[in-house]
Amino acid sequence: MKGIISGAAAILIVSFILLFANYQLENRQGHVGKDTITVYNWGEYIDPDLLKQFEEQEGIKVIYETFDSNEGMMGKIEQGGTSYDISIPSEYAVQMMEERNLLLPLDFSKIPNFRNIDPYFTDLPFDPNNKYSIPYFWGTVGIAYNPTLLDGQTFESWESLWDASLRQKLILVDSAREVLGVSLNSLGYSLNSTSLQELKEATDKLETMGPNVKAVIGDEVTQLMINNEASVALTWSGQAADMISENEEIDYIVPKEGSNLWFDNIVIPKTAANIEGAYKFINFMLDPEIAAQNAEYVGYSTPNVAALSFMDEEIIKDERFYPDEEAREHLEVYENLGLETLGVYNELFLKFKMGLR
Amino acid sequence: MKNNPFRLIYAVPYAVWMLLFVLAPILVVVYYSFFDLSGNLTLGNYRNFFSSVYFKLTMSSFWYAFLITFFSLVISYPTAYFLTKTKHKQLWLLLIIIPSWINLLLKTYAFIGLMGLYGPINAFLETIGIGNQQILFTDFSFVFVSVYIFIPFMILPIFNSLDKINPALLDASKDLGANSWMTFKRVIWPMTIDGVKSGVQVVFIPALSLFMITRLIAGNKVITLGTAIEQQFLVTQNWGMGSTIAVFLIIFMFLIMVLTSGKERGAPTNGKVK
Repeated sequence: MKGIISGAAAILIVSFILLFANYQLENRQGHVGKDTITVYNWGEYIDPDLLKQFEEQEGIKVIYETFDSNEGMMGKIEQGGTSYDISIPSEYAVQMMEERNLLLPLDFSKIPNFRNIDPYFTDLPFDPNNKYSIPYFWGTVGIAYNPTLLDGQTFESWESLWDASLRQKLILVDSAREVLGVSLNSLGYSLNSTSLQELKEATDKLETMGPNVKAVIGDEVTQLMINNEASVALTWSGQAADMISENEEIDYIVPKEGSNLWFDNIVIPKTAANIEGAYKFINFMLDPEIAAQNAEYVGYSTPNVAALSFMDEEIIKDERFYPDEEAREHLEVYENLGLETLGVYNELFLKFKMGLR
Repeated sequence: MKNNPFRLIYAVPYAVWMLLFVLAPILVVVYYSFFDLSGNLTLGNYRNFFSSVYFKLTMSSFWYAFLITFFSLVISYPTAYFLTKTKHKQLWLLLIIIPSWINLLLKTYAFIGLMGLYGPINAFLETIGIGNQQILFTDFSFVFVSVYIFIPFMILPIFNSLDKINPALLDASKDLGANSWMTFKRVIWPMTIDGVKSGVQVVFIPALSLFMITRLIAGNKVITLGTAIEQQFLVTQNWGMGSTIAVFLIIFMFLIMVLTSGKERGAPTNGKVK
């Protein structure tokens, strides 16, 4: 009995020491002070040096947290608990968050740098008049491939993914809309199709691609492509940019039938506790030089037109990542299809994955 | 035991715990399973579960869980047996258990490297003349990694029940003219069957709901009930359907518990014979 009591006392004492040490550490880093903002962003989606620069410039500490899916992020914001001041949802998620009243309308008098955003990327259908969101990065969905591991395939058309020469080579992204989108695009249907007939047809066509599919995975694909473990992957432009920066042999192409044009956007969620700080952060990130540095670090395409003049010529002239307006004509932005249709997409995608061998 | 009120008070924390963290969550899951996307009361989720996709999913999930359990058992039983024969058996046991302290995800990532096209396994295959093989993203890699992860959990209960066998019983069996096969079949196996059953339990049930490994090692070519639940909650956001699959998973688990915990009549109990 005595042993148990002294054991329990020891555990309690150690716990208190750890708690105290933790408190001291956080205090020293300034995480307890009042002027903090909590930024909730995708992983690897900001230049960490900029966070430091912001902290020094504005005297506001940044608590930085990351998420890996729009849905997971929305769930956390909906439940409350943490007071996120900034988040970066994708376009359809902005729409969903708006429907669920999770966003605060933006006051543009506090964001003078908004004028730096290319008008082409403002007032988009998912958020008319940018009432709740400002585009942060944009990009496309396409095919990353390594010509040295292939026999001359070029992927100018989505159809080439069905080619028998790619048996067990293709890596797909584990996301229903992107994968079904390949099939929809190749059939000439809209990426926002809600017709069961079209979706059924697209799934049937997709299933014939099965023998070519090596795996359906997430971010791991970047490493596999860099290490020459994989030769063809359906991926997002920024991810392709990451691959290319590590392995110069890789190329990226958006097939001619068209593809998805997506946006990730800065918003202030309803959970925000330091709204003034959030505005300062947004304005800071929209500064041309800051945005240029961030875009060069992250590798996705920036909608900040003023930033382009601060960036490497080579990057902004690259048609693969900065397609001109004519090329953008073939691209389609995802609409929020509603949970019902999202369920249909995912069930068809599940059926496709179940059929893979 | 006397019906001492103080004894009942001691039970309160456990009762509260069970109520809050076991019973209540199950009830919440069951409750959610009766709602569709727009929040209407429905049995549609259950009807949907028996549609072809989810039925096939359940079947394949059971098949892989069976394979994983089977290979874990085939490897673990002899290992546990030889462990009891070694000199420093606690040390060896510790060495086998240590890997299970390492985070599951870390081990899984390590396998991505090991099994890659340019990983050590392929380098070895190359040198012995078999040549480069696609190991990652196959049924084989999935079962292999899962078995590796579950082996310590299978070995422990089997080791414990083997270790408790009184050696005098084995001598007695030999003295009475049984050969080693007979001794194993009639003495050792019946006395360790409970260990095997609990080993099967702790492997089969989690194997039904494995989810990270299905993506990282099997490239989503294997989909388990666990993956399906994760997708329903996080991607499709259909909590009703996710809960319905979870309800079935709970039912399956319960059935397996019942099947593997019933003591056979007349079978000798575990532990030393006094």
